[in-house]
Amino acid sequence: MELIFEGIRKALWLLATLDPEVMGITLLSLKVSGVATLVSLVTGIPVGAALALSRFPGRQIAVGLVNTGMGLPPVVVGLFISILLWRNGPLGFLGMLYTPAAMIIAQTVIAAPIVMGITLAAMQQLPKKLRLQILALGATRLQVVWILIREARLPLLAAVMAGFGGVISEVGASIMVGGNIKGYSRVLTTATVMETSRGNFATAIALGIILLLLVYAVNLVLTHVQQRERPQ
Amino acid sequence: MRPAAPIIAGESLRIVRGGAFILDVPYLEVREGEVLSLIGPNGSGKTSLLLTLAHLATPFEGVVFFAGRRVGADCPVLEYRRALAMAFQEPLLFDTSVSENVASGLRIRGLKRSVISDRVAEYLDLFGISHLRNRSARSLSGGEAQRTNLARAFATKPRAIFLDEPFASLDPGSREPLIDDIQRVLEKTKTTTLLVTHDLMEALRLSDRIAVMGRGRIHQIDTPDEVMNRPVDETVAAFVSAGTVLAGLVIEKRRDTFVVAVNSEEIESAGAFGVGESVGLYIRPENVTLSIGLNAVGQKRVTGARNVFPATIVRIMPLGFYEKVLLDCGFPLVSYVTHQSRKALELREGQRVSASFEATAIHVIARGRREPPEPSSC
Amino acid sequence: MSSARKALPVVLALAALIALTGSARGAPAQKEIILATTTSTQDSGLLDVLIPIFEKKTGYFVKTIAVGSGQAMAMGARGEADVLLAHSPDAEEKFVAGGYGINRRLVMHNDFVILGPGSDPARIKGLKSGLEAFRLIAGAQALFMSRGDNSGTDAREKSLWKAAAISPQGQKWYLETGLGMGQTLNVASEKKAYVLSDRGTYLALKKTLGLDILTEGDAILLNIYHVMEVNPSKWPKVNAAGARAFADFMVSPETQGVIKAFGVDKYGAPLFFPDAGKNVDTLGK
Repeated sequence: MELIFEGIRKALWLLATLDPEVMGITLLSLKVSGVATLVSLVTGIPVGAALALSRFPGRQIAVGLVNTGMGLPPVVVGLFISILLWRNGPLGFLGMLYTPAAMIIAQTVIAAPIVMGITLAAMQQLPKKLRLQILALGATRLQVVWILIREARLPLLAAVMAGFGGVISEVGASIMVGGNIKGYSRVLTTATVMETSRGNFATAIALGIILLLLVYAVNLVLTHVQQRERPQ
Repeated sequence: MRPAAPIIAGESLRIVRGGAFILDVPYLEVREGEVLSLIGPNGSGKTSLLLTLAHLATPFEGVVFFAGRRVGADCPVLEYRRALAMAFQEPLLFDTSVSENVASGLRIRGLKRSVISDRVAEYLDLFGISHLRNRSARSLSGGEAQRTNLARAFATKPRAIFLDEPFASLDPGSREPLIDDIQRVLEKTKTTTLLVTHDLMEALRLSDRIAVMGRGRIHQIDTPDEVMNRPVDETVAAFVSAGTVLAGLVIEKRRDTFVVAVNSEEIESAGAFGVGESVGLYIRPENVTLSIGLNAVGQKRVTGARNVFPATIVRIMPLGFYEKVLLDCGFPLVSYVTHQSRKALELREGQRVSASFEATAIHVIARGRREPPEPSSC
Repeated sequence: MSSARKALPVVLALAALIALTGSARGAPAQKEIILATTTSTQDSGLLDVLIPIFEKKTGYFVKTIAVGSGQAMAMGARGEADVLLAHSPDAEEKFVAGGYGINRRLVMHNDFVILGPGSDPARIKGLKSGLEAFRLIAGAQALFMSRGDNSGTDAREKSLWKAAAISPQGQKWYLETGLGMGQTLNVASEKKAYVLSDRGTYLALKKTLGLDILTEGDAILLNIYHVMEVNPSKWPKVNAAGARAFADFMVSPETQGVIKAFGVDKYGAPLFFPDAGKNVDTLGK
């Protein structure tokens, strides 16, 4: 218990003095996970919408893949991506191992199926005749998809929160493909693991608290946007 | 009667599913300015026909023409869809405010903001929902939601509007006022309308023509009068009510009743309608009493009924517990008698009898100030 | 559409965030070195001092990947690292014998100590022989905490048990945490168990631990660090020049001086003893 209080004190101290290393780690966490979430939205929402709205042979299999992807263990993703990015691996020529870019890739692979799956479910929840009604209003195909996505915006914002929450708290893949390099690829989660293994529990708790605050702040903004969308 | 030009026509419309015809309509036209109702039992293909004509049901065989042009060829599908509007039984509103919903069709067409706000205000007013403009669509009652739905459809000023059972899920309290309002709007805007309904009263009230469907086919398409009183086959006859439906003009107003001229006869009905109003009269067969051997005066004295007519029996059809008697009184009349009565009165086709019904036994439907449809026109 | 306008500020904010944080410092491939080392080496904090000096001096960007000793060697064997800094002599010798590593050079040493609770149930305090201490602990069936994670420390511990002809695995007084040194020390302290640790980590955490040094100084407890370059003829993609530069740096006199002074002001005693150029057999005597 004493340790937790010490951790809280340390967290407040680090924040109040804007400790440069901690600030750097926090900003990197936000940047890596933010970009990963953004990319997974840009890829995930259209794919999820397309799966929901179209019929094609093999659709069942595609949906099954997405649903499986939602439950991919991040550590396994990290392992596979690091094997691909190894110098002597197939993508070694990219020289991307142990970089923040690799972390973004890994986190995107983790978050994208989550976004796809939730989008798929959200769009399938819409009334079946709604698409017809929108077509009847004279919408082009693109307008139809846009309007349907807008109609499903509340669950889609939940998808954003789920995707972001999933990757900012992810550590296994981030360590494997990022290397936890000081000042370069160290983020809040990897730093927490390192401090814990060193036995610096108070610092680890402090970093954990900062991570929680970060997640809370982001979700606060997103929730505000989500709830603001409702007129009385 | 001057036949109006068809604004929409469908040729060889067919949909096959599981080896059976869901829809099989060789030809159908919707005329400019008319209200055409599609009625029929569930599964008869009404909605399929509606969606096919709107070019929304795929796949289908056949061609749809819009103002003479072939949709999908000379006329792009998008242009056609933007000339139409549709409203379904479920309001299917968007998760936003009422005014945004009404504006949605206009936004899709990319109209200017000022045009949109004026048009939205106009149609909110027309449907009596101006006071709801900023309310969330989710918080509306069934009637309010459907009004919003209809305002949204009409706001695009379509060449034709397709309505798929728009009043079906409303409670009677919301339904009647809304049907009144629709009637007013249709009269004001003279919008060509294709209306699908399973409610006969609605169809009779609003339509210029009625198409009766069964198993994917159109069995009869005619004025309400013709369809009701001269059904061409069992399918139509079974669907339209077994009672008498007449159309007439009010020619006299009395204290508690009014007199309607139907063909060359006069029928007195309870109620308060003004002279010159066009009305539809519905008389349930159970309320029509037959007697023989009495003349009109004698029957009046015995039954106290206001309406007594000499009639000729046209046909007698056994229907289970009772028998259906079709009469000609100068207007068609339907009566039910029990087997015993028929035997007792020795009724037979061609016989002359006296038919009577109370002034209070007539169900009157207002038909607005339009001209009553002429008999046997198509 | 109005909702697109609402989404715009969010997208702009994200774009600004990306631009603001700037692209992380990346370097062209020839200027990057992957150094594979152990967690305990990194945890000592020595590299946090040495690496910046090296980077400033040579312009290389060092990616320090701190993993278990086993994984570090495996990385080198696959050519996924350029240079190794390890302290598992037996494994290192096999590494070089297998042709994976070249230029194995002695850098420094620190030592292991046997820690335990003040109550010292096995009575090993003051012993000069590490093997004797282990025998007494096994004999008394006193609680012993092992890392069990294939690290250098773990390898040393297992070799000690083997040399003492004892098989502790599976016995109920022998627990394996699978964790890093610091964490294992904390667990040992909580459970009042004996544990083998490197002196550096112990000194760093001494204040929070309830453990004392009970046995130290035996040659068998020495923890000897070597630097090895990964063999470029086996793996052409390694940054051979960079690896050489780093290895040279580690044994250079200036660096050795830094190593000697490291930790003195903080812990009152040095954590490492520089040994570059010496014969390894002379250590500890």
